[in-house]
Parts: sequence; C-alpha cells; structure tokens
Amino acid sequence: MRIHEYQAKGLFAEFGIPVPPSRAVASADEAVASAETLGLPVVVKAQIHAGGRGKAGGVALASNADEVREIAERLIGRPLVTHQTGPEGRIVRTLLVEKASEIQSELYLSLVVDRASRQIVVMASRAGGVDIEETAKTDPDAIVKEWVDPVIGLRGFQAFRIGTRLGLPTKTARSVAKIVLALYRLFCAKDCSLAEINPLAITPDGDALAIDAKITIDDNGLFRHPEIGELRDLNEEDPLEVEATSVNLNYIKLNGTVGCLVNGAGLAMATMDLIKHAGASPANFLDVGGGATAEMIEKGVRILVDDPDVRAVFINIFGGILRCDVLAEGVVAAAKNLQIDVPVIVRLEGTNVEAGREILSSSGLAFRTAGDLSEAAAMVAEAVASTAGGTA
Amino acid sequence: MSILVNASTRVVVQGITGNEGRFHTQQMLEYGTSIVAGVTPGKGGQEVEGVPVFDTVAAAVAETEANAAIQFVPPAFAADAILEAGEAGVDLIVCLTEGIPTVEMLTVRRYIDLAGVKLVGPNTPGLISPGSCKLGVMAGYIHKPGSIGILSRSGTLTYEVVHQLTSLGIGQSTCIGIGGDPIIGLTFSHLLPMFEADPDTQGIILIGEIGGSAEEEAAAIIAEGVSKPIVAFIAGQTAPPGRRMGHAGAIITGGSGTAAAKMAALRDAGVAVAESPDVIGRVMAEQLRA
Repeated sequence: MRIHEYQAKGLFAEFGIPVPPSRAVASADEAVASAETLGLPVVVKAQIHAGGRGKAGGVALASNADEVREIAERLIGRPLVTHQTGPEGRIVRTLLVEKASEIQSELYLSLVVDRASRQIVVMASRAGGVDIEETAKTDPDAIVKEWVDPVIGLRGFQAFRIGTRLGLPTKTARSVAKIVLALYRLFCAKDCSLAEINPLAITPDGDALAIDAKITIDDNGLFRHPEIGELRDLNEEDPLEVEATSVNLNYIKLNGTVGCLVNGAGLAMATMDLIKHAGASPANFLDVGGGATAEMIEKGVRILVDDPDVRAVFINIFGGILRCDVLAEGVVAAAKNLQIDVPVIVRLEGTNVEAGREILSSSGLAFRTAGDLSEAAAMVAEAVASTAGGTA
Repeated sequence: MSILVNASTRVVVQGITGNEGRFHTQQMLEYGTSIVAGVTPGKGGQEVEGVPVFDTVAAAVAETEANAAIQFVPPAFAADAILEAGEAGVDLIVCLTEGIPTVEMLTVRRYIDLAGVKLVGPNTPGLISPGSCKLGVMAGYIHKPGSIGILSRSGTLTYEVVHQLTSLGIGQSTCIGIGGDPIIGLTFSHLLPMFEADPDTQGIILIGEIGGSAEEEAAAIIAEGVSKPIVAFIAGQTAPPGRRMGHAGAIITGGSGTAAAKMAALRDAGVAVAESPDVIGRVMAEQLRA
C-alpha cells in the first residue's frame, strides 16, 4: 500500500527524522493561511501517489501569498499528469505547503527488502533528486549499499560508514547516520517494503533534512498496523479495484478486452498469458482465491461485465478448495441477474467438475464450455475476432 | 521414489483443532499420509481423527518421533509456528499460511538457515509424493505416481500442470509448491539438485512467475549441472510493472523480475520453455521422447 508524502512525513516526525515544518491542505485559502503561519517562502507540493511530480509542475516555490494562491488554484481539483500516472493523470485533492529550506546539496537514501540476499538493504548516493534506477545504470559505483543482518539489525557503525563512504564531512555523516537508523526503525516497526528519501537535503550547516518522503507498506503487514490502514486513499485507486477489494477479490484493471476470472494468482497470470498467445489481450487480472463463495463469484462476474472495455469473458477454474459446482452456481446467478451481452467462455476442471458442468448446461444460458486450456484459447480468439470493435 | 517426503515421513499438524487443520488432517490421512501428532496450545490431551493432540511441538516430537511439521496457522502466529517446529527438531516444515509480513520472514529464514531445517513455503499448497505422502491441501486424485518432479511458485497452476501430465499418462515423483511470497524457505536452487540426485525422477517441470530472481538463479544451477530434461513456464508475461499480481512475490520492480528475462535465462541454460500454459504437459512429453 502506498501513502502520501505528507503522511510519510508524519511518520518521519514520529520516528525522529527531521523534516521541514509543513501543513497538508485541501483548498487555496488554507494554503495561503498555512504559508503565512509557516513563514514564506514555501514550497507547494501536489499530493498524489505517483513520482515525477516536480517535472510535471506539481511542485512549485512561492515567495509571497499571491504566488501561493496562484499555484494552489492551478493544482487543486485538477488532474496532474506525470510520467507515472498515465495520460489521464491523477486528481490533486491535497497540497503540502512546506517551509522552503536552504539546501547546499542533495543525497539519495532508501531502504528496501533485497530478495536475493534476503536482507534489508540501505542504499545511498550523492546523486540526490535523481531516479536511483538511472544512477544504477549510468554510475553504479556511485551507490553505496549496506546490508542488514535480520538477527543483528542495523548497527551504528554501518550507518556512519554510509556517510564516510560517500565522502561526507564527519558532522554530515553523523547527521545522515541518525536518519538512516531512524528510517530503519520505522521500516521494521511499520512493515515497510520501501522507505525512500529523495532528496535528503544537506543544509549549509551540514545537517541532513528529509525534503521528500516515499513509503510503501507491505500489504501482509497491514493487519498489525490499523493506524497505517487508515492512511489508505481510495481516490488513488481504480474504482473497480476498490469494489473488488471490498468483497475480498483480487482485481487489477488492465487495458485489453478479454475479462478473465480465475482461482489462484499463478493460474490467473497464466490465463492472461494464454489470452495473449491466442491473439487477444486481457482486460484484467482477477483472482477469486481458494475459498470463494458463489456470492463472490457473482460479484466478480459483475465487475467484469461492468467494465466497458470487456468484449468477452473467460472463466478459468481449477477446482480444489473452491468446488466447481459452487463456481457454476455463482456464474449462473450472475448471468441471470445481469444483462450480459458478451460471449462467456467457461473452462472448469477439478473438484466436482461434473456437477459444475451440469449446472452450467442445464441453466439454459448461452455459455461456451471448453474441455481444456487449448480449446478455451481457441474459443477466446474466435469470440474476440467475431465481436465488433474487438481488437486486442 | 521421491524427494523430501515418502511413506516413512511422520507428520505433526500444527493448528490441528481448527476447521482447516481438522479437515485437511482427515484428507491427508485418507491419502495415506502418516500423521502421528497434532498441536494446538491449550488443547493437549484431545484427539482429532484419532490423532493425539499436544500443547507444544516439542512434546509432540518427544512422544511420537514426528520428523515433519505442517501448519494451519493464521498469519499473526505463523512465523512463531515455524520457529517452534524448528526448535523442536523436525527435519521438514511446511508452512501454508498466506500473508506473513515480509520483515518477519527475513528473521525466520535466517534462523532456518542457521538451524539447518528445511522449510517449504510459506504461501504454498504444500507438497506431495503421489501414492505415498501428501503434505498439503492439493486434491490427491489428480496426481499419479511416476517420474516427473514439479517445482512451482503457484497453487492452482500446478494443479493444471499435474492434470495435463496425468491426462497424458505421465506420473509425478514429487510436486512441490515452493510458495508465492518474496521470502521463502527452499527455492528452485535447493530443490533442482535434489531431483537431479533422485534416481526415480526422470524429468523436471519448473513453474515460475514474475518477480524476484529465483528463476535466474535456477538457470545458473541448471547450467552448472542438472542433466535431466527440464521444462519451464513463467506466468505473468502480460503483467504490468509495479503491480502486485496476487502473490506478494509476484511484482515487477524497476524493470527487474520480468517474465521475458526469466524465460531467456532458462533457455540459455538449455531448458525447454513453454510459451503458453496449455502446452506444458505436451512439451514435457516431447522432451521424454527425445
């Protein structure tokens, strides 16, 4: 789960990471009032879950109240398009008004779980403000890394070594070390999967200050941090995805035309691949999970049919804990309650498959049932080819 | 024969008195798995399906000489359950739980390595040596004893592949779900040499997916010295970057972990890579004929 910069800075403050004074606001009036309280000049920053805000005009310096108002009115309530948002952009609903800081240089700092070494890795570089992947490509030696033994934890000498390896003066290296240790404590305490400060500013006094803040929380850790769960911003998510999550379905909107409903994440991805090899393109990822009920299946079908891009539906179930008869009941219920005017291809296998097929065939509804995956792929290709406008 | 589990595996079920634990204990017993003990703290002295229940894994192992543990334990207690089983001295731990926090698993995996215990999972349907031992929640009837080893990061996709093989008359030696999480116990790299050394395994199917570098590491191990025919499939060729595709481990980050890179690495190591999931069984059949 991603959170906003202003929310991440709230966590930073809680863990003792220095951040400039700031206020999160929802209107131009509030922005002006906050700027006057904080003291000008200020930086006004659009709060959306996407990077590249600076280049897209979502971050601007204001030296007086009129400029604050002008920037705030330009940003708030309007979509901001960055290289990460897609062409439609994201509506800006919140602005962070932050006291402008004097900056001498900018560093990059992040903590992430390194799957290959099965350790948290701290990464830092002097190329702050720049995309770390860009630095990794063009100048990999410029990135300093420290791995953290999960049993021992991050130690002070490692944190200090980051600064010395970057060639920072002692005072700055100490200031950076303090932030690295605090960020590590935050990372573990809140079950982060990424914690990034880019840029980490160095002030003329040689102290480090977090100018930006990006935190991604491990979804598996959310159950033990209800306070983090409250930071979720549904406005940043696709409405169909939000609806799916509310009934425990795992749905991701994609840009193809074949809606697919599958049990199990691996089989769901493989089904998307099958659709692609059949010459079509998946409209979504939808994993109904192992223990789906007929009601959940019905909701899943409804979400697929509600998607205006969908020109054919492909249901692919390998019954195990989820029985084929339960699946079939859900599909039939959905088909009876909904106006489905696209072809529905069903491929069932596994537990109670005969009962499931019987429910489908005796429903009187026009399902196309496939015996195996190859046959299903051919049916999907044919359905898409025969549907008007059904280009993949 | 098989790897990791066989007819002499003696199993303790952690969380045996819960709904899932009870149901799958009955299913595993029916398949012929030798379940010698169950554990639920505070329920010691009871019986489930004729299996004695203990308060701790240590007590269960002391009393019954169980050498493998399987867990039906919710995410909040699963890491603890793995550590308890490891401390009690079993050789193999199978953790089915989906949703264990990654930071927790970093410590668990470090312990597992230090203690020299084998962990399958978490977030797996388990493993099965058809005809002798089922240690998991997969439907037993789709399997057929035989000579193909299966390694997979997925559940239902594995059932699909097993079904394709069985339909073609090809049986399996051992099928292992290694787990869909970013941090797991046994990986492809540990298991490929075990299948290579198993005289009754004649071919191996590897089912990977996007995210991480387990398939690339497997390719290196294969190139170094796995001589048996291998067929691979990588799920998620159409997955967009930056989105978690169900499994916590299935995410393309910063351009790494793509299906294309994994398929290329495996091909370079001499693996027959199936492009589409419907032909995995057939590609294996061709490999066996060749």
